[in-house]
Amino acid sequence: MGSKLTLGRAINTGLRQAMEADPKVLVMGEDVGKLGGVFRVTDGLQKDFGADRVIDTPLAESGIVGTAIGLALRGYRPVCEIQFDGFFFPAANQTFSQLAKIRRRSAGVLSVPVVIRIPYGGGIGAVEHHSESPEAYFTHTAGLRVVTAATPEDAYWAIQQAVASDDPVIFLEPKRRYYEKAEVDTDATLSAAPPLDAARVARPGSDATIVAYGPMVKTALQAAEADTERDIEVIDLRSLAPIDYDTVADSVRRTGRLVVVHEAPLTNGVGGEISARVTEECFYHLEAPVMRVCGFDTPYPQSRLEEYYLPDLDRILDGIDRAFAY
Amino acid sequence: MHYTTAHEDTELIQLLTPDGELREHPDYPLDISAAEVRGLYRDLVLVRRIDTEAVALQRQGELGLWASLLGQEAAQVGSGRALRANDMVFPSYREHGVAWCRDVDPWELLGLFRGVTNGGWDPNEHGFQLYTIVIGTQNLHATGYAMGVQRDGALGDDGTAVISYFGDGATSQGDTNEAFNFAAVNNAPVVFFCQNNQWAISEPLERQARVPLYQRALGYGFPGVRIDGNDVLATLAVTRRALRSAREGQGPTLIEAFTYRMGAHTTNDDPTRYRVSAEIDEWKQRDPILRLRAYLANQGMATDTFFAEVDTEADQLGERVRDECRALADPEPLDIFREVYAEPNSHIDRQRADFAEYLASFEDAGVTEGR
Ligand SMILES: Cc1ncc(C[n+]2csc(CCOP(=O)(O)OP(=O)(O)O)c2C)c(N)n1
Ligand SMILES: [Mg+2]
Repeated sequence: MGSKLTLGRAINTGLRQAMEADPKVLVMGEDVGKLGGVFRVTDGLQKDFGADRVIDTPLAESGIVGTAIGLALRGYRPVCEIQFDGFFFPAANQTFSQLAKIRRRSAGVLSVPVVIRIPYGGGIGAVEHHSESPEAYFTHTAGLRVVTAATPEDAYWAIQQAVASDDPVIFLEPKRRYYEKAEVDTDATLSAAPPLDAARVARPGSDATIVAYGPMVKTALQAAEADTERDIEVIDLRSLAPIDYDTVADSVRRTGRLVVVHEAPLTNGVGGEISARVTEECFYHLEAPVMRVCGFDTPYPQSRLEEYYLPDLDRILDGIDRAFAY
Repeated sequence: MHYTTAHEDTELIQLLTPDGELREHPDYPLDISAAEVRGLYRDLVLVRRIDTEAVALQRQGELGLWASLLGQEAAQVGSGRALRANDMVFPSYREHGVAWCRDVDPWELLGLFRGVTNGGWDPNEHGFQLYTIVIGTQNLHATGYAMGVQRDGALGDDGTAVISYFGDGATSQGDTNEAFNFAAVNNAPVVFFCQNNQWAISEPLERQARVPLYQRALGYGFPGVRIDGNDVLATLAVTRRALRSAREGQGPTLIEAFTYRMGAHTTNDDPTRYRVSAEIDEWKQRDPILRLRAYLANQGMATDTFFAEVDTEADQLGERVRDECRALADPEPLDIFREVYAEPNSHIDRQRADFAEYLASFEDAGVTEGR
């Protein structure tokens, strides 16, 4: 039966499914128990699954990810919650040097199926360290899968697939979209869901392609709607590592123009990588260089300036205009 | 509240009982005039007022967030007033009372929570570094700063001591434990001031520690002491001594100020989800302001006129805080590109120029309310 869920609730429901399906699935993090996490994504899980499976950890991110690795080596499937994007970094050593490399170091003998959930991105008027978009650090690290969800439906399936994956998964949750509501078919089976690493055409179009992911998918769709002269296709990337280049290239070959949108800073971001790859694969189909509409190469600004920092409808339309100016 | 050994309070240093009676302590003689005690009372009342106003301003939408210090006034004022001008403070994000003692204007603190700035004041001017939101990191900075003081030979009676503020939750971080160890092996002139307010958002103390926090110091090789953090006199006396010991080259001290977070973690938090009100009622009996007021009154050290004057001053300060907060101007869009690097940077320069041109295009198009 379908029901209307917020994106946050969809992840909660997906986690619940994963925990019911597999007793080895654990949830761990700061304030995940009684409080249900600061965004309530783990709401009610400790009550229903007990404190052994929903672990309130000491306040230490390196400890969270490090012990999750140990639990995974012992056969568990921990889902770690990092409270905010800016607080991931104490866990960088455990994630980049350990979690990402254990499969290779053990010549494939060891598996560490850890999921690290991180509410990420800006737009909620927060104080510093609460609005970062750190995806490029993760996508630049071999051994990690990096996914994000733009809709409740996607979030519901993706979290279950992330838990089921034998690879470590960085699961980026667009925090400003936590309260977006949509229909989710919670009766369908997991195997029927699209693969975790498949991009999705969120809006078909023929004149230009926007590639976006996470919080920017909604903004990109709004921009596409607002453009009354041109027929814009919007692709929701969903997986940032690996990237589904087939879906992207297929679109660009039809439209000839591409604008990549993300909140993270421009330089060395996911957009630059997509631009390079699309240029290699679709060179003769391109009518214009690939445009990027991104955050600036600055620290995330104080909240009173974030509306200027974050790509919005106008800036995306400006990017499309630039693509058509060729 | 189910107590663990982390809550045992047999070692608690207290000079002023919750009823306002003074109890001498052999190790911590109080050398303080009646005027100074009245000054502490004034600080406590004014600091609480700043906090109350800030909570209200957040509710009115003037601030994005506020982290209330309610209940922790004595821990902050007592330690803040123990400092000397030369000393350096490394705060977390809740040290509004210490900021007050370092002459940081309250509205400068509000800028961060309003979202018009990421910092606001000049740390060197006030001997008060910027607020630190990433838990525990400032403890290493304080330790390194203290190592610098050591290398400068800036110890001695007119020298510099460093103090770092953090919470019970922060004691779990690697950074905090590394700071303890760096400070110990370097004998650095730093005081670690832990406000144990019993909660780290929804996590009670027993999720962080199985021993009283002050005992952590022993494992690293320096003294640790637990004080009644709601007793401004004990806090003052113990912090003064720890700072002096640091200045005199005797290395670090850990002070655990046993107190209570009377309010929500921040204005975003809903504590009814995880704690019971009986606990709050219990701590109300230990209010830091009431006990000092009782002491002043009982000793005849202050008159009703004095108390009334302080209240009037608090009202005036409250009004000023409201006005100054509303007057805090939004930054300009191009400020995004400021202060990223000391030297000119081609990426930033180009992005600033492009964005300026982009913004101007709205004006050219005659869009006045463009964004
Ligand atoms: C590294 C890091 N992880 C998580 C957080 C989110 N967070 C903010 S305050 C807090 C609890 C801090 O508790 P405590 O150290 O006791 O200080 P208190 O807030 O009680 O003053 C947490 C988990 C953070 N700011 N930094
Ligand atoms: Mg605390």
